[in-house]
Amino acid sequence: MFEKALLPLSQKIIALTCVAGLTLAQLPAFAVEHAAEVQMDSDQKILHLLNRLTYGPRPGDVDDVKKMGVEQFIQQQLHPETIQMPEALNSYVDGVESINSTPSDLFRQYSIVALRANKNVGGRKLSDDERKDLQKEQGDNYRKLYNESASARLRRAVESPRQLQELMVDFWFNHFNVSNDKGLVHLWTGAYEQQAIRPYVFGHFRDLVEATAHHPAMLFYLDNWQNTKPGGIQFAGRGKGSKNNFEGLNENYARELMELHTLGVDGGYTQADVIALAKVLTGLGLPPQNPALLRIGQVEIGRFGSAFAPQRHDFGDKVLLGTTIRGTGEPEIEQAIDILCKAPATAHHISYQMAQYFVCDEPPKALVDHLSETYLRTDGDIRAMLNDLFHSHEFWNPKFANSKFKSPYRFVISSLRASNVALADYKPVLGFLRQLGMPLYGCLTPDGYKNTQTAWLSPDALLRRIQFATGLGTGKLPNNPLDPLDYKDVSTSMNGLFSNNTLTVVASAPAGLKSSVLLGSPEFMNY
Amino acid sequence: MDRRQFLQSAATFSLSMLLPGAQAWAFSNSQPSKNKLVVVMLRGAVDGLNVVVPYGDSSYYQARSGIAVQPPGTADGALNLNGDFGLHPSLAPLMPYWNSKSMAFVTSSGSPDATRSHFDAQDYMESGVPGAKLVTTGWMNRLITLLPDNHSPVRALNFGPTIPRILSGPGTVANVELGPQGTRPLVVDKPETEHIFEQLYGNRNDALGQAFREGIQARKTISKDLEDEMEMANRGAPTPAQNPNFGKKLAQLLTKDDTVQVAFIAFGGWDTHVNQGNGKGQLANKLAPLGQGLAEFAAGMGSKFNDTTVVVMSEFGRTAHENGNGGTDHGHGNSMWLLGGKVRGGQIYGKYDGLATARLYEGRDLPVNTDFRSVLSSVLLAHMGLSQDQLEKIFPNFVSSHSDVGNIINA
Repeated sequence: MFEKALLPLSQKIIALTCVAGLTLAQLPAFAVEHAAEVQMDSDQKILHLLNRLTYGPRPGDVDDVKKMGVEQFIQQQLHPETIQMPEALNSYVDGVESINSTPSDLFRQYSIVALRANKNVGGRKLSDDERKDLQKEQGDNYRKLYNESASARLRRAVESPRQLQELMVDFWFNHFNVSNDKGLVHLWTGAYEQQAIRPYVFGHFRDLVEATAHHPAMLFYLDNWQNTKPGGIQFAGRGKGSKNNFEGLNENYARELMELHTLGVDGGYTQADVIALAKVLTGLGLPPQNPALLRIGQVEIGRFGSAFAPQRHDFGDKVLLGTTIRGTGEPEIEQAIDILCKAPATAHHISYQMAQYFVCDEPPKALVDHLSETYLRTDGDIRAMLNDLFHSHEFWNPKFANSKFKSPYRFVISSLRASNVALADYKPVLGFLRQLGMPLYGCLTPDGYKNTQTAWLSPDALLRRIQFATGLGTGKLPNNPLDPLDYKDVSTSMNGLFSNNTLTVVASAPAGLKSSVLLGSPEFMNY
Repeated sequence: MDRRQFLQSAATFSLSMLLPGAQAWAFSNSQPSKNKLVVVMLRGAVDGLNVVVPYGDSSYYQARSGIAVQPPGTADGALNLNGDFGLHPSLAPLMPYWNSKSMAFVTSSGSPDATRSHFDAQDYMESGVPGAKLVTTGWMNRLITLLPDNHSPVRALNFGPTIPRILSGPGTVANVELGPQGTRPLVVDKPETEHIFEQLYGNRNDALGQAFREGIQARKTISKDLEDEMEMANRGAPTPAQNPNFGKKLAQLLTKDDTVQVAFIAFGGWDTHVNQGNGKGQLANKLAPLGQGLAEFAAGMGSKFNDTTVVVMSEFGRTAHENGNGGTDHGHGNSMWLLGGKVRGGQIYGKYDGLATARLYEGRDLPVNTDFRSVLSSVLLAHMGLSQDQLEKIFPNFVSSHSDVGNIINA
């Protein structure tokens, strides 16, 4: 018993309550488990809340939450429309072309096809100079679109008061990842996030599946735009093997839709299910950019400018996860998405990822089960799941407080928030993320980035974080003229986070380095 | 014994507790060997049938009418290996090593697990325990905890910003950036700044403290080793954009610092579902810098090539038949590549069954006739000097499948 005498009084009482009725001999495993479930005090609670529901506190945030209370803060964040957006941020976002244009407009304006058309070269072979010009223009467009979309993402993550919304945009984009570095996707990455992800981050999970399934970015990224009934279709003027032929099934999207987006890799589907789903998805793609393709007949233009080509669809009946889907064309896709989204395996998969993102790298089974039940009961209502999550005792377990290692992305955003600086140019931040192996919109593989310590902690990475912290703290971030930070701002915004050792080192560090020491400290690597 | 050594010994010990029959201190009297193992992982499943091309098999050309690599002697045709198989023409820089019998391939090899998920398949190949999701360490990390400790911060090198699964675990691993950022000075290179952060991290007994100490030590070693390279680069010799010079850089690190025991590098972009091409095209363009880099590595190693074995592997192969888009979908068996002075090369190992549907795995993919662990076991026993007991800790409960790869390394 006297071990527990070391705990503060409030914790001691709880620990004693937990073991009441047990003899000492019965104590070990059970008692240790429950003894750990002490409560956080109210300051710890607020810091924990800000660490997990936001990208980390800015100066003043702790006081704001103190005033409004924890519950009020949670409800506000879950209902972002109740939070006033700064006018400047709103008008900035409204002016970002790459995220506000439709995919078809972006294609018409910036694709290589459009560039050629503007030059009026038709099908003629280009001269070397023309080709060089075209390549340069294409590179310029690529950079323009990327810098616009990525800067908008970062700036909102740093500045938006609707912080949970920003976290969920990152969470769901990553879940339905597309890579800027695959072909045409670079035209649409920002638009994809703005149009197919952002509106649905607190909606029903099915909304996200439905939207991403129809967005050109996803259709191109996972090749479904070419997925065609077995045997394929032929049309005049094109030989076999030519790139505009649609010669048969492509399983890529069908597999990842089950493995990554919905059921999870252990979700109980077979290779036969992959093929069945691929057949369901045949014909769902992009409108023809090449007039020759119009010869395949009419296509139906759908959401986000996607297209469904009945001529390429397999109208046979399919069996997906034991359910027969009659060959009816486009409605099959809706039916398949229904089947996938209602599956308990999907509930479990999504719940696990959510719990891992918000609680700890290896989330407790009880929490995952609890969230799965909420998913199944509410038809995949994300807001309801989050609300349950934020009221679970696992979420508030002090052993998880400041125990998650920040991804490079979270590290950068949290340090910019703690520093309370407005960057004029986010390109140095984008470069830093690339260096740390987490380029924004640059995860090549469809599984997205991991958010665990194992994935991100490495010797070199730690030194590079210290490098970034030092640059930011001393006001020497490239392209951004800044004053050195006032370390008092940084330290008060995270009152209680820093260890005595860190505070001692700060006290003896040269004045100009104090903020850098805080931002590069071990405590600030976690959240 | 400093803390890092202690951590490593402790780690070895706990691993040995985990695996029955282990003798934790079996290696305590042996001397560190100079032999090196380099593993190259092609993430995304490279199309092995277009790398080691069965041009003598007509079923290959039937299955791949649009994307087959044509036979030797034709335009963009394969380079003859042994009369039945040919090498993809983009890998021409490696032919001298095949001809001097320092390069071998193992056809129809890979992981026995049936998964066609990239991510599970890569995890299994990196953990070395296919099918077991709870194994958190990588087999290359277990390997360095079993090799005689040479107390070098760079005994295990990873190229890239994060530590991959294969090197995850308690053993010390240094990671190096491939690009110019890797050698650019950092603030912690300055002793006074290092001292400040040393006070923050130096005494921590956790993963952060360990990462910090390893990072500082590795940085000191690596920047010394790369100094000449930086000077060369500063003299402005242009690098072809597509060639990251990985081969030269890796060779430089391994020759300048004889304490590097294992190195790992991964390349992505092999998931060719669409328009992969044949002797030319997308896959060809990806293979060319890889072949070039490996050849430069082999040349750069000089006499130490004889102490080095390179293994190239990929999580699974691709479908025997081309799909509807001039590409290939996820398959099963693949080819492994071995390169090094001790490789019994100039031979194709493994058992190729042809591409008739009845001979294919699930009627669609090259089967796995040789487990990747059989190949790696030969390398670890004959080249890295592991005992059978130690091998059991790298690949627990694995019995080498009956195959010809037992002699793939000249002892």
